[in-house]
Amino acid sequence: MALRTLATPKTLGVLSRFQQQARGLQTFTLPDLSYDYGALEPAISGEIMQLHHQKHHQTYITNYNKAIEQLDDAIAKGDASTAVKLQSAIKFNGGGHVNHSIFWKNLAPTSAGGGEPPHGSLGWAIDQSFTSVDKLIAKMNAEGAAVQGSGWVWLAVDKELKRLVVETTANQDPLVTKGPNLVPLIGIDVWEHAYYLQYKNVRPDYLKNIWKVINWKYASEVYEKECP
Amino acid sequence: MLCVRNPKTLPNPTRHPLETPPKLSSSNYELCFRGMVMAAATTTASHLTSFLSTPEFCGLSRSLQWPQRKRRCTSRSVHRKISASINLKPPPYPLHALEPHMSKETLEYHWGKHHRAYVDNLNKQIEGTELDEMSLETIISTSYNKGDILPAFNNAAQVWNHEFFWESMKPNGGGKPTGELLELINRDFGSFEGLINEFKSAATTQFGSGWAWLVYKEHKLDIPNARNPRPSEEDKKLVVVKSPNAVNPLVWEYHPLLALDVWEHAYYLDFENRRRDYISVFLDNLVSWKTVSLRLEAAKVLVAEREKEMAEIDAVDDLEMTEPEDSDMYFGSDPEDTEDFLDDE
Repeated sequence: MALRTLATPKTLGVLSRFQQQARGLQTFTLPDLSYDYGALEPAISGEIMQLHHQKHHQTYITNYNKAIEQLDDAIAKGDASTAVKLQSAIKFNGGGHVNHSIFWKNLAPTSAGGGEPPHGSLGWAIDQSFTSVDKLIAKMNAEGAAVQGSGWVWLAVDKELKRLVVETTANQDPLVTKGPNLVPLIGIDVWEHAYYLQYKNVRPDYLKNIWKVINWKYASEVYEKECP
Repeated sequence: MLCVRNPKTLPNPTRHPLETPPKLSSSNYELCFRGMVMAAATTTASHLTSFLSTPEFCGLSRSLQWPQRKRRCTSRSVHRKISASINLKPPPYPLHALEPHMSKETLEYHWGKHHRAYVDNLNKQIEGTELDEMSLETIISTSYNKGDILPAFNNAAQVWNHEFFWESMKPNGGGKPTGELLELINRDFGSFEGLINEFKSAATTQFGSGWAWLVYKEHKLDIPNARNPRPSEEDKKLVVVKSPNAVNPLVWEYHPLLALDVWEHAYYLDFENRRRDYISVFLDNLVSWKTVSLRLEAAKVLVAEREKEMAEIDAVDDLEMTEPEDSDMYFGSDPEDTEDFLDDE
């Protein structure tokens, strides 16, 4: 009887994770947010935050874990065809996990500094490259609105050239696909799931409002690490 | 009806997700299979065939000749005056009529805001340009520009896609297809369930924004970028494909029969993230198989007319004793042929 209780799906899941870790495969779990789902209102609704985090991000993680397990198996068996076939699933779902993990840190309630413009070296660099924070925001909003279909708009620092850039990526392509030296400072999700329940088709309104909860403190920390 | 004498510039259909749009040759003719009425399709086909029978056509380079083709009508011209603006066509049912499977609210936003915005933005883009006064299909093929898409493409293709989508559905839809459509489905997918599974898979795995399609294909090999140089009846089959963002099978010279919008705006209000549920509800309750059948009939008429014309062109060429340009392609493919050319005998 004890054995039967052991073999529940949950236990088996734990066992297989155990096996994965035993052979060195690192899988992923959904990171917690450092704020409540409703804390970003009215810029982003609690309903959206909950769905976005618990459903969309979780699905990317679940599918990414599945894909890398299968990749691990394929590599171990020398099955090159399968290894290649899995690449798009890895890019989609791994990219989704990477991007959303950054996104949650890019946001903060106004009570915790969300929306407060950057000071220090990042603020200065923005003024140098874009004239002002407002001009940067206008540029990012224009590019974000122009993304056809699904994707992201980024403020990034090129860690080699020590220069700020604005970039967009399609679907869940991570920023590195636009340049290996690009480090994301702020990413804004412009997939429809990021705003539809609240803003419907009016993506520009979402982009205008999200800046009220952007966590410039985090962006500054990352920037200062790359450009001390 | 593309000139088969230029095999190098064949379009590039694919069943796999496109990461970036491939460089394709655009079609030099309009695909006239939007007509729901066979008479319209026949009329359309006769417009096409008169154009096709000109010897000049086959000698045309792949560059677009659209200024001369302004009046080469599509079925659209039979029912709609060619005018400067593209119109926002309403669905063939009231906005609440698809409830409870697709809410009125979804239709109000999806048709009333998204589709309308594509129309308005397209009209703004084409006003005063050469694209003005063209049919929608011509704007699409012109702006697709062999895969190097021009700004008007996204709006033009999305206008077409959404009209096609509304017409693919009906209140109390679903059920099973009948007649020739069902026969072809059984032939090409094994069974109706086989089609359903493949369609569901395509719609689920179209990552990001895009569309899933049932199409009728002809004279294509089963690999991308290859028009079958020896077309046979076997080429003609039903195929499920998916496409990203605004891309549609017109650019691959397939004949669309059924479309499902899998952009998130199509299902988010009713289903949130649950795309699979949306797909099932669409197939079970909304698809108008009658419309799909009519589209298939129209496509077959078009294909038959075109083949007849190509045969006539071939006959004319034979009489003139011109050598087909691609005769070398198959030379030596038979082992017996190559034996004569082995050096080391």
